[in-house]
Amino acid sequence: MAAVAETLETVQAANDGGYKWGFETDIAMEFAPKGLNEDIVRFISAKKNEPEWLLEWRLKAYAMWLKMEEPEWAAVKYPKIDYQDAYYYAAPSNKTVPKSLDEVDPELLRTYEKLGIPVQEQQRLQGIAVDMVFDSVSVATTFKDRLAKEGIIFCSISEAVQNHPELVKQYLGSVVPQGDNYFACLNSAVFTDGSFVFIPKGVRCPMELSTYFRINAKSTGQFERTLIIAEAGSHVSYLEGCTAPMRDENQMHAAVVELVAMDDATIKYSTVQNWYPGDAEGKGGIYNFVTKRGACRGARSKISWTQVETGSAITWKYPSCMLLGDDSVGEFYSVAITNNHQQADTGTKMWHVGKNTRSTIVSKGISAGQGQNTYRGLVKVSPKATGARNFTQCDSLLIGDQCGAHTVPYIENRCATAKVEHEATTSRIAEDQLFYCRSRGLTQEEAVGLIVNGFCREVLKELPMEFAVEAQKLLAISLEGSVG
Amino acid sequence: MLKIEGLTAEIDGKQILKGIDLEVPTGEIHAIMGPNGSGKSTLSYVLSGREGYEITGGSATYNGLDLLAMEPEERAGSGVFLAFQYPVELPGVGNANFLRTAVNAVRKHRGEPEVDAMQFLKLARAKIKALQMSDDMLKRNVNVGFSGGEKKRNEVLQMALLEPTLAILDETDSGLDIDALKIVADGVNAMRGPNFSSLVITHYQRLLDYIVPDRVHVLMGGRIVKSGGPELALELEAEGYAKVAA
Repeated sequence: MAAVAETLETVQAANDGGYKWGFETDIAMEFAPKGLNEDIVRFISAKKNEPEWLLEWRLKAYAMWLKMEEPEWAAVKYPKIDYQDAYYYAAPSNKTVPKSLDEVDPELLRTYEKLGIPVQEQQRLQGIAVDMVFDSVSVATTFKDRLAKEGIIFCSISEAVQNHPELVKQYLGSVVPQGDNYFACLNSAVFTDGSFVFIPKGVRCPMELSTYFRINAKSTGQFERTLIIAEAGSHVSYLEGCTAPMRDENQMHAAVVELVAMDDATIKYSTVQNWYPGDAEGKGGIYNFVTKRGACRGARSKISWTQVETGSAITWKYPSCMLLGDDSVGEFYSVAITNNHQQADTGTKMWHVGKNTRSTIVSKGISAGQGQNTYRGLVKVSPKATGARNFTQCDSLLIGDQCGAHTVPYIENRCATAKVEHEATTSRIAEDQLFYCRSRGLTQEEAVGLIVNGFCREVLKELPMEFAVEAQKLLAISLEGSVG
Repeated sequence: MLKIEGLTAEIDGKQILKGIDLEVPTGEIHAIMGPNGSGKSTLSYVLSGREGYEITGGSATYNGLDLLAMEPEERAGSGVFLAFQYPVELPGVGNANFLRTAVNAVRKHRGEPEVDAMQFLKLARAKIKALQMSDDMLKRNVNVGFSGGEKKRNEVLQMALLEPTLAILDETDSGLDIDALKIVADGVNAMRGPNFSSLVITHYQRLLDYIVPDRVHVLMGGRIVKSGGPELALELEAEGYAKVAA
C-alpha cells in the first residue's frame, strides 16, 4: 500500500513538472575543443595528469576505434551520429582539486541535493557513500575516510590512476578489452571519469556505495569508466543513478563498467537509469551505449546485475557475466520501460566456463506509447562447463497498441551435462484489469502502478531498499499518460 | 435508493438496453433474471462504469448522485460494488496488498482514516473466518490460479471488506457448486440490513433459494418486461422466460 500511495504522490508530482530532473546548472565550465582526434585524447590525458602508459593505452584504443564500424545489429533506429560534433571533455572550471566536501563548489552540491542525492556525510542514516560525477569529472566522494579504515578504496577513477596506479594498470581493460566493441573502444580512448572500488580480502563493505552520474553541459558526451574489484571473500553492493537536463539535441553516454570477483566474493551492482528520455514527440534524449561486464574469476564468486531502465532515448546495454571460476554464479534482473518514442535493446550475456556455474536471467520489458523494447540475450556454455545451469525468463508487457516488444534469445550450448531453460511471455495491461481495480476504488494511475509493479516484482525485490522505492516511483512517472 | 429511468445504452453501435426503468429502495434486494443476451451484464457494467458502453438516453442515480457522470472509482467510493461474473487476474499483485489498497481507497473517499497493515490483517482475518474461507486467500496473487469457486469467494470477501451499500452481483452463481453457492449467499445475507441494497443478476432460480429477493424483475430484449415478488422466480423456472413474458 505504501508503494501505491507513493506512486500516487509521485504521479501527481510528475503532473506538475514532467521530467523533474530536467533542470540545468549554471556553472563556469572548461571544455576541450569540439571534435575527436588524437590531440583530444592527449588533451584529456594531460588534463588528468596521467602516466605515459595510460596515454599509450588510450591512443591504442583510438587507433583501433578508427578502423571499427558502428554496430547496426541492435533493433534501434537513430540518425547517424557525427562524432566530430560533440565535446569530449567538459569540467567545472575549478582550478584546484577539492580536498573535502567543504571545498566543493556549493552550486554543484546544490545540484545533487536537488536531485535528492545525500551529499552531506551528516546524513548518516542514509548509509550510502556517494561519488558524484558531473559531466566529465568526479566532483566529490563521501565517506572516503570511513571506508579507508576498512581498507576499502572508493574514489574517482582519476584519483585511482594517481594514487593506486598498480591496481588500475592490472585491472583496467582486463574484463572489457579496448577493442571489445565500437562504443567500449571509443570509451577506452576518451573516458574522463567514473568510480573506482577496491574491496580487500575478506571485507564486507559496511555501506552501499553509489555513484551518481549527471550530464549537464550542452553537446557533451559522457564517457565514464567504472572499475570494481572484490578480492577473495569480500562483499560489496554498488548503486548507480543517472539523470540529465532536458535538451532538444541528443547527447551521448558511452560507459564501460568492469567488475572482477575473486574466490567467494560477491558483487551486487544495481542501476536505476533515468537519463532524459526525450519529449513526447521523440525530440532530444540521451543515447545510452553502455558496455557492462563482470568476471567471476574466483571459485564460488557471484556477480548480480539489477537494472531499472526508465530513461534514455536509446538504450543499448547488455550487462554480462563471465563465469570462469567453478561454482560461480551470475544473475541479471532487468526492468526496461519504453514510453513515447523510446527504444531499448537490452539484455545480457552469460558465459559459462567453470564447472557447475549457474546463471539466472529475469527480464521484464514494458512498452507504452510508441516505445520499442527488445530483450537480446546470449547464454553460452563451454565444453568444460559440466553441470552448468541457466534459467531465463523474459516477460513483456504492452500498454496501448502502437508499441512493440521483441525477444531475441541466443543459446550456444557445447556441454552435454548443462541445463538451459528459457521461458517467455507477452501480455498487455488489459482493459478489464484496469476496470477491475477501478471498480474497487483505485484511480487509473493507482491501477496502472499496481499492475506494473506486480509485473516487475521479481526484479524490484532484488534492489536495495532505498532504490526499490525510487524505482517504483519512476515506473509510475515513466508511464504517466500512457493509458487512457 | 437506486433509481434507473428510461436507460438506453449501446455497444459498438448495437443497442442493448432499450429503456430500463427500475427502482431499488434502500434495504431491499432485487433480482434480475433473463435469458442470454437480454442485457443483464450490460446493465451491471453500465451501472459500474465500464468503458465501451455508450449511454444514449435516460438516467441512473444512486442516493441522488448521477451515477453515469461518475468515474468507476467514484462510484466505488460512493458505495457501489460490482461482483464480477469473471473476476480478473492480477499477476504479481498480492491479494492482501490489493484488498488493503482497495479498502483504503474507499475509506479515503468516505473521509475515513486509512487502515495500516496490522489493522487490515486483523479485519481481513475476521471476515475470512466469518465467510468460512482460508487465510491462504490473502497470500496468493489476485485471482491467479484460483478455481472458479475461489474467484467468486474472493469477490464476496472483497464485498465484505469494502462494505458497499449497493452490491451488484453479476451472475455470481455461475459455475459454482452447491457448497460454494451457499458461501456466496451467506456472504450476501450477512450484509442484509436497512442500509444495504443489492441487485442480484442471475440466470437461474437456484441462487434465489438462498438469497431471497424482495422483488424479481424479468429482463428481455433490453427492457424489464415483468416484475413481481419472489414467486415470479419460481414461475420462470417452471415455465420458461418466453411464456412468462408473453
